[in-house]
Amino acid sequence: MEKAKKKQFGIIATIVLAAVIVLGLMWATATARRNEEHQDTLARVQKLGRIVWGVKADTKLFGLMDTKSGVPQGFDIDIAKAVTVQIAKQTDTPLSAEFVPVSASSKMQLIKNTNIDGSVSTMTITPEREKIIDFTDEYFDAGQSILVKKDSGIHSIKDMNDPKYTVIVIVGTTAATETKKFAPKAKILAVQDYATGMQALKSGQGEAMSTDNAILYGFATENPDYQIVGGTFTHGPYGIAFDNNQGPMIRETNKALATIKKNGVYNKLIKKWFSDVPGLDWHSLEAK
Amino acid sequence: MNLLQDNFPTFMQGFGYTLLSSIIALVGSMILGTVFAIMQILPQNWVRTIGNVYVQVFRNIPLLIITFFFFLVVANYVKISGFTSGTIALTLYTSAFIAETVRAGILSIDGGQMEGARANGLSFWQAMRHIILPQAFRVALPSLGNQFINLVKNSSVLAFVGGLDLMYQGNMIAANTFDTFLTYIIVAVFYLVITLPLSYYVKHLEIKLKHAA
Amino acid sequence: MVTLGIFSAFTPENVLYLLGGLGVTVGVSIISVILSLIFGSIVGIIQFERIPYFSKFVGMINNIIRNLPLLLIIFFVYFALPKLGIHLPIFWATVLAMTTFESSMLAEIVRGGLESIDIGQFEGARANGLSNTQTMVYIVLPQAYKKMIPPIISQLISLVKDTSLALGIVLSEMTYRGQIVYAQNSNYIIPVLIVITLVYFLLNYGLSLIAKWADHKLA
Repeated sequence: MEKAKKKQFGIIATIVLAAVIVLGLMWATATARRNEEHQDTLARVQKLGRIVWGVKADTKLFGLMDTKSGVPQGFDIDIAKAVTVQIAKQTDTPLSAEFVPVSASSKMQLIKNTNIDGSVSTMTITPEREKIIDFTDEYFDAGQSILVKKDSGIHSIKDMNDPKYTVIVIVGTTAATETKKFAPKAKILAVQDYATGMQALKSGQGEAMSTDNAILYGFATENPDYQIVGGTFTHGPYGIAFDNNQGPMIRETNKALATIKKNGVYNKLIKKWFSDVPGLDWHSLEAK
Repeated sequence: MNLLQDNFPTFMQGFGYTLLSSIIALVGSMILGTVFAIMQILPQNWVRTIGNVYVQVFRNIPLLIITFFFFLVVANYVKISGFTSGTIALTLYTSAFIAETVRAGILSIDGGQMEGARANGLSFWQAMRHIILPQAFRVALPSLGNQFINLVKNSSVLAFVGGLDLMYQGNMIAANTFDTFLTYIIVAVFYLVITLPLSYYVKHLEIKLKHAA
Repeated sequence: MVTLGIFSAFTPENVLYLLGGLGVTVGVSIISVILSLIFGSIVGIIQFERIPYFSKFVGMINNIIRNLPLLLIIFFVYFALPKLGIHLPIFWATVLAMTTFESSMLAEIVRGGLESIDIGQFEGARANGLSNTQTMVYIVLPQAYKKMIPPIISQLISLVKDTSLALGIVLSEMTYRGQIVYAQNSNYIIPVLIVITLVYFLLNYGLSLIAKWADHKLA
């Protein structure tokens, strides 16, 4: 190429590339808007014949990966399966349940991004979250508590209101924001997942780990040197979550939840997962 | 741009921790890296082996695993925070790359210079310190600059261990506001404030070195 | 406690599970390195050709990407791109993030490789009646790639290591699966971390030996 021609090519190519980038971004933003308006979860689920559930993979009792099958096992997973079966009956469409492991920090994003249809992942119903996503009726009663070493001398979250204490929480959980209200002076250490959180507690990165009592029971069972103290200091039942404005899906799921609570499936699952947990009055969790 | 205004102190705190960790790790890894570079060229076989093993091990395992090791395992015995664990891991990891760079720098210096210096009555260490190393660093400067850029970028692993750095704060803000797009763009700009000028300076050094040669 | 962990952590199920994670790690790395080689070559050649404005513009974008942490790019692709309507499954999101980042790294290597080729060869080839593109494809690139094999392998090593960062978006690679195994019982942590480290080391050290051998053979 001669010089003048090369220069001309360069200018044109630059303009084209810049235009492609700008137009591409504009197109993408427009598509994003359109997508937000049109997605109906129930319709999508019925069309594809499957519900993709976001579940935990690192949380004992609720969702812990079974390395043999590669599928997480726990109360949340069983609830998701039972609800899927019910919805299939109600809507008269064959539905299968698929499970995608999510972390506390990623679950909200994944619902918003429709990577998953819904989430049964120890998720507390909060007003802030309800602005962004939809919740069903509660399916498990939980509240925030703290797990400490047995000889720590800490008896409740109030004892920790001191800058010398560090409370370990998980990014994206309600505990990450709530703990500050109950122990404003304590330091907060946020880690990405429960496995790391428990390890961090054991290795002395903090004096307590705070999250929902039911999750902490799972850790207390496995680590006899640690105990839950002070009872719960918040009340935050779990709900199944879907993206915003998913009226039909929420209605069907609520109906399904009500049915399994009535027909005894729910209580059977409570018994299966929580009757062996020391220190937990599992009968109080049963549906009345 | 409300997001930036509302969270400005948090972003700045993260920026500060990223910078602090990077600088500490830079100084530490320069010292360690130089030590291991020299160990690799000493005549004693066993010293060379130690140097080689160190460099090969830390070059070939993920930084994240080294960080977890300090944060979750070493912390059982010595109390270290996420920030400290991350910074130590960053130092060890980077020092292996710096050792390679400095070693290449030393090897690029004509062997005759060492012999000349020794003939003039300097000890091995004196010759190393006053004659060889200064030249080796000059040759290695652009690569060292690149290593520092990598170090700043790699400091984002602190986010996994609550290291309070830029990436950690960005994740917290993204999780609270759900405005992932803008949050991560702002985080990117903060990183570029450190790395982009550095990368242009490294390019400038490379050109200067080429002309000098 | 630790010794107990060694025996009980590595049940056949857990070992298979971890090996599956290794497969994901290697899969992501290999796909990403191949794609990066393609895109990195294109960007590298554009920069080498010094086309007025265009090369500078592409170089600028490349430089921005190169100077960002990979972890940030991973989070961006998985958590922020969906806001623009781009939804990717986690595996491909990781591949896209890695490819974007590695392409910018490889572009620099390709450009450097091309610049190290003697200019006389261009002129000679042209004198023999080859076009610009032909010269590039048949004469210059093969030589440049030969020189670039060691740095490319060292980029592959980086990729294998960096795949662990996708833990942040819950990609089921080896480091994540390690975490899942020590979530079963926290006594497993030391043995699991040691074994994972060893696997990464053997894989990457093997690759670095290949790079060294290639360097000798081609020099």
